[in-house]
Amino acid sequence: MNTTCDIAVIGAGIVGSSCAAECAAGGLKVLVIDRGPVGGGTTGSSMGHIVVMDDSEAQFALTSYSRRLWAELAERLPEQADYKVSGTLWIAADDEEMQEVHRKQKFYSERGIKVEVLDAAGIAKCEPNLRKNLAGGLRVPDDAVVYPPVAANFMLEQAKTKGAEVRTGVKVESISTQGDIVLADTSRVSAGIIINAAGCWSPDITPGLPVFRRKGHLVITDRYPGFLTHQTIELGYLKSAHSVTSDSIAFNIHPRKNGQMLIGSSRQADAGDTTIDPDLLRRMLIRAGEYVPSINRLSAIRAWTGHRPATPDKLPLIGPSLENQKIWLATGHEGLGITTSLGTGRILADLILKRPTAIPAAPYSPARLAKGDSRHG
Amino acid sequence: MAEEITLKVDGQPVKVPAGTVVAVAVAKAGKTSFRHSVTGQPRAPLCGMGICFECRVTINGQPHCRSCNTVCEEGMEVLTDE
Repeated sequence: MNTTCDIAVIGAGIVGSSCAAECAAGGLKVLVIDRGPVGGGTTGSSMGHIVVMDDSEAQFALTSYSRRLWAELAERLPEQADYKVSGTLWIAADDEEMQEVHRKQKFYSERGIKVEVLDAAGIAKCEPNLRKNLAGGLRVPDDAVVYPPVAANFMLEQAKTKGAEVRTGVKVESISTQGDIVLADTSRVSAGIIINAAGCWSPDITPGLPVFRRKGHLVITDRYPGFLTHQTIELGYLKSAHSVTSDSIAFNIHPRKNGQMLIGSSRQADAGDTTIDPDLLRRMLIRAGEYVPSINRLSAIRAWTGHRPATPDKLPLIGPSLENQKIWLATGHEGLGITTSLGTGRILADLILKRPTAIPAAPYSPARLAKGDSRHG
Repeated sequence: MAEEITLKVDGQPVKVPAGTVVAVAVAKAGKTSFRHSVTGQPRAPLCGMGICFECRVTINGQPHCRSCNTVCEEGMEVLTDE
C-alpha cells in the first residue's frame, strides 16, 4: 500500500507533534509515523518544564518565543495536560551564585522577560521548605509546567482535525534512493518533504547526524500539594549540568499540578541503555535533600530514566538537512524540547510555506554543521 | 493489662492499649473511610502489612503515612481526609 502526502513527520514526540499541527494548520497534507506510541520516547520521560533560558542569544530567542506560544496554546489544552504557570525559582547557594542571579536578572530584564531578585529572606518566604542558609534567587514568574505526552497527543488531535493521519507502532525501515519512506510493514510513503523529528533516534533516519544521547534520572513522589510551588532549580545547575562530557547531578524539583514532586536531575553522556544507576540516583536524592531537607519525609513512588537528544552546540537542528533537501530536521532539542517544541513547529512550517519567521531561523539551521563553517562551533 | 494511651483521630480523643497500630485507632473512632482515591472513592486498610498503601492517613502533619504499620503514640494527631 502506498500513501502520498505533502509532509511525512517521523516521530510522534512533542516536537514531531508540533510540526504536524503547524503544517496541517498551514493547509498541508500530513502523515505522522512513530514506531512506538505518541510521546513514548524522550517526551514521556521528561519533566515538562517550560522555561526561558539564556545560554546564548539563539537559545533565549527560541525559548522565549516558544514560551509565548505555550501561553497562547494554554487555554485550548485539555485539563489533563496539567499546564500551570508556576514560575521558575533559580536558587543561589552562595555569593558567587548570587552574582549569577544579578547577571541573569539583567539579561532577562533587558529582553523584556519578567524576573524578580530575591534575597535570603525573600526566598525563604517564597519556598518555606528550602533550607535556611541560602543566598537568594531569581524568580521567573511566567515559566510554566506541562504534562508533555498529553500535550503532544492534543497537538496531533489538532492536526487530525485538519486532515492529518497518525500511524503509531510502525517503524521506518529505510528511506529509498527515490526518497520514499519504506515502513516495516513493507508499505511505502511518498512525501514532498520528510521531517525527521525522531529525537534520540534521528541518526537512525539520517545517518551521521551529530545528535547524541544524554541520559537523565527522575523520581516522582506521592501527592504533597504545596510542598514546593515553583519549578525550583539550583543555579549550580549551570556549572554542573552543562558540562558535555562528565556525569553530573543537580538539585531540580518540579511540583506538578496535582501536588506530586518530580525530582531531578542527572546528566550522563554516552549512557547507552535506560537502566537506573542506583549510585547516581542516590547522589541525586542526597543533592535534593541538601536544598530541601524535609524531602526525605516524602514517599517516592517511581523512578525512571530517559535520553535527551543533544547537539554539539546545544541548539536544535531545524530546517533542511545538508545531504538531502527533501529531508528536513526537527531534532537535537536536548533538555529543552518541551519548551522549544512549539517554536520549532512554527518555524519549520513557516520555512516550508515560505512565510516570514517570527525570529531568525538561521541559528538553528542544519547548514551551520557544514564543514568550514565554525560560526557556532 | 497494657498501658493505655490517648491520641486524636480527626480531633476526637481515642484510647487504645500501648502497641496498637494507628489503623485500629482510626477504626475505633468509627471511621470506615481512611482516605479517598484520586477519583474520589473511599479507601480503608486492605493488606494490613504496609504493602497496599490503601490505609494512608496524615499523622502529626505528615501526609501519606501507612496507618497499618505505624504504632500509636500519646498525643498523636491523626487525620483522615474527611
